[in-house]
Amino acid sequence: MTWGARDLTITYGEDTALRAVSVECLPGEILAVVGGDGAGKSTLLRALAGIGIPHQGTLTLPDQGLTGYVPSEGGIYRDLTIDEHLDFVSTAYGLTDWQARADDLLTRTDLAAFGDRLAGKLSGGQRRKLGAAMALLPRPELLVLDEVTTGVDPVSRMGLWRLIAGAAAEGAAVVFATSYLDEAERAGTVLLLHEGRVLAAGSPADVASAMPGAVTESDQPGSPERSWRRGRRWRAWDPKGIQSREKVSLEDAAIVAELVAAGEET
Amino acid sequence: MSAIDVRSVTRRFGSFTAVDTVELTVEPGEVVGLVGANGAGKTTLIRMILGLLAPTTGTVAVLGSLPTRELRRRIGYVPQNLGLYRDLTTAENLEFRAAAFGGSPAASPFEDNGLIGDLPLGLQRRAAFVAATQHDPEVLVLDEPTSGVSPLARSKLWNLIREQAETGAAVLVSTHYMDEAEQADRLVLMSRGRVAGTGTMSDIIGDIGAIAVAAPRWQEAFDLLDGSGPPVTLSGRAIRVLGADLAAVELTLAQAGIAAEVRSVPATLDETMVLLDS
Repeated sequence: MTWGARDLTITYGEDTALRAVSVECLPGEILAVVGGDGAGKSTLLRALAGIGIPHQGTLTLPDQGLTGYVPSEGGIYRDLTIDEHLDFVSTAYGLTDWQARADDLLTRTDLAAFGDRLAGKLSGGQRRKLGAAMALLPRPELLVLDEVTTGVDPVSRMGLWRLIAGAAAEGAAVVFATSYLDEAERAGTVLLLHEGRVLAAGSPADVASAMPGAVTESDQPGSPERSWRRGRRWRAWDPKGIQSREKVSLEDAAIVAELVAAGEET
Repeated sequence: MSAIDVRSVTRRFGSFTAVDTVELTVEPGEVVGLVGANGAGKTTLIRMILGLLAPTTGTVAVLGSLPTRELRRRIGYVPQNLGLYRDLTTAENLEFRAAAFGGSPAASPFEDNGLIGDLPLGLQRRAAFVAATQHDPEVLVLDEPTSGVSPLARSKLWNLIREQAETGAAVLVSTHYMDEAEQADRLVLMSRGRVAGTGTMSDIIGDIGAIAVAAPRWQEAFDLLDGSGPPVTLSGRAIRVLGADLAAVELTLAQAGIAAEVRSVPATLDETMVLLDS
């Protein structure tokens, strides 16, 4: 079964958080939703998590109880232990025979040794891993993760990645939000979101190759609106250029997508 | 003279050694990226460079002297939480900072008269950067300066950081992300309190490798390899196995009857950090 949204529009008062966003979440696949602050990532993920937000368009979602969701903040009780969190989830979801899976999830997140530690005493990375383990306990068909790796150090991040990939391997459709493109490149499909609109979607290679115009590298700054730094050198976008064989990075393609969007507004 | 000169610095907290005989220099005009996992000692090192913490042994010199309170006027610092007063406007934040650090406040980088805490994160980050650089510091210390902003906003922040370096500031940037580490002239990788590598990203990765496995049905191969011991992750549809032997991975797959293409590839910076830490 494919989950997702078609022509999803969500408004908060006068603000349009999402404009006609369509997205497909396939079982066994990982989708990265990429964008900065205010892009609409959290709104899209909340909608996919089945949190009842008034919307226009169609949402196709699993039955209640078959979605795992880790919000960008909260969801963890500081004065409960790790074990108590999983116990809580098992009761809330009415799970039976869950202990072996809980043990496995804690082992894979390097939390097994801290079962009786209060969540308030965990590091940020450990809390994010606990959140992911809780979401995975009921074997969700759709796993929705909002910036679970933001501010998390590389070692914990790798642990989270292992867990996310494991969930997809089990057949879950996984959606995660990030503001980093090196992380998005780990996903099979990328959805570039900016001010509530989809700027590009597809595999990281497709998004990069669909970029209009050409990006070149130079020792000199180009036009201030269309050039940016990469280390000591500059990258510049020529809307009418033809891309040479030099590979475009996903980051370049994302910057260009934002420049195109800004150009359309003016 | 190096703008930041850390010589054989060790810092202990009780019996715990947070920073262990670390050497680090940053020259004027240079952007150095400080990378490493949590607990690697990055924050402790930065606190010593800012003069907030004294080394147990060794010396920290900033602009040729001990990092005193007076010297802080010549240093710009943007902490991870930005250090802005959320219930002041951008202009008021800049005025306050100018009053503390000397000089006149810079013009606000954008038009907005609202409280800074209500602005989008990208604008808050730009304001924090202007607040930290309006006194023309000779040393600039930035902690994850572009976390949470869009790719274009990130590239604009890096334009500002580069401008500072090109006018002679020595810039030290602490980061967890490769997108950001790539922008530095040179990286210093810390692991368990020590400097584990220094140079460009490829210098640091050196010959540390990973095994990439491409299987028609990656899910099946992932399940198998994830249970086999070494850390396993995914990049697109390719499985990556860390710290394992190519022949062993091939054998594991063959014994399970899974057809796959297995090859050795260079590790990423993240993977290198995981391997150094394990």
